[in-house]
Amino acid sequence: MDTFITLIQIAVGAALINNFVLHYFVGICPFLGVSRRLGTAFGMGCAVTFVISVAAVLSWTFTYYILRPGAPLPQWVWQTLGGSSATTVDLSVLSYIMYIFVIAASVQFVEMYVRRFFPPLYKSFGVFLPLITTNCAILFACLEIMKHLQDPTKLWGLHEALTLAVFGGVGFTIAISMMAAIREELEMCDVPRPLRSAGIGLITAGIMAMAFMGFTGVDKGIENTLNLLLK
Amino acid sequence: MALQEPTALERFVNGILPENPVYRQLLGMCPTLAVTGGMKPAMTMAAATAFVLISANVIISLIRGLLRPHLRILVFTLTIATFVTIADRLLAAYLYQMSKELGPYVPLIIVNCLIISRCEICASKQGVATAASDAVGMSLGFALALASLATVREVLGTGTWFGLAVLPQSWPNWGIMVLPPGAFLTLGLLLGLAEWVGQKRRSGV
Repeated sequence: MDTFITLIQIAVGAALINNFVLHYFVGICPFLGVSRRLGTAFGMGCAVTFVISVAAVLSWTFTYYILRPGAPLPQWVWQTLGGSSATTVDLSVLSYIMYIFVIAASVQFVEMYVRRFFPPLYKSFGVFLPLITTNCAILFACLEIMKHLQDPTKLWGLHEALTLAVFGGVGFTIAISMMAAIREELEMCDVPRPLRSAGIGLITAGIMAMAFMGFTGVDKGIENTLNLLLK
Repeated sequence: MALQEPTALERFVNGILPENPVYRQLLGMCPTLAVTGGMKPAMTMAAATAFVLISANVIISLIRGLLRPHLRILVFTLTIATFVTIADRLLAAYLYQMSKELGPYVPLIIVNCLIISRCEICASKQGVATAASDAVGMSLGFALALASLATVREVLGTGTWFGLAVLPQSWPNWGIMVLPPGAFLTLGLLLGLAEWVGQKRRSGV
């Protein structure tokens, strides 16, 4: 049951309390660039959620088995080559390069797969896929997962990594869709001329960020409620 | 050649104000918003970005003859990732506290669109000297933008600048300025201000 509560906490934390866009400022480029229409914004959100999940699974696998300090694969190679078993092999210096490879490759594969097997889906969000390679939200999710694989006493499992990624993507979708909905209304308003390009978008985002600050502490409340209900 | 490529000096000057990466091109927003709660992290970030940008631009310019069109983005990103790893290790070795504070934003320099756009626009087409001066100009412009944002946020948020008290003790610290919403609001207003000044100047001339 504890696992379940942890997962819910990670999910609420990633989607609402520490929203990727409004708290960590990652994925600002599409947040400001692709938020003119609600439809496209939602499509972008779905595409990001999809890629982020694929990249999280891959990067968790690579980090767990190869990159983290004392990972099984390099340790085995080291010992086969005659190294002493007391040494911990740490390849984490390679992780950034590895993640960039993983992200670029998974975007490429997702694009090919979706184009081949789900043409309607490709039509609706395929155009955004190449843009996502340089989306910081994906790399940020990989880095968060890596952070939780550094300490050997409390390693994250695949389910935790995946929850973080999926709900991080959901949080991004919520934020970008809200932004697009507000911007559609703003089109009708008389915004002061200097603010029209990006200024008003950022100010809107600031007010949204204030609203999202209200979620602080919700995870504690959910934990208490669940503990009461389940015991 | 139909379109003359800008010279080294023009590249350098353009980077600082006329094509300022943040205010004019809206590039590199993620670190701009995230690390400008105070001057110290902002300037460390600007220095790290400058190091990566200059090194990547020089290297890309040196190997520009070998680049293949369909692989160039991958080569850019891998070059940048290598230098970011170096910068990250250096920060962790010499400025441990600061590297803790910047956290994930140092590795996120890899996906800073500013660097990749300079590699694409300038370094992959022009010589080493031009690429280097372009990178220095852009880094100065980026540092200037970070400094302006961090000044407003740190002074209003904590009454200090670079950790030194500049406002009287009685100043009620605007806590919101150092929190995420303050970053969005300040950058929005500063962008509006920059735009307004630009419009004034254009209509005045």
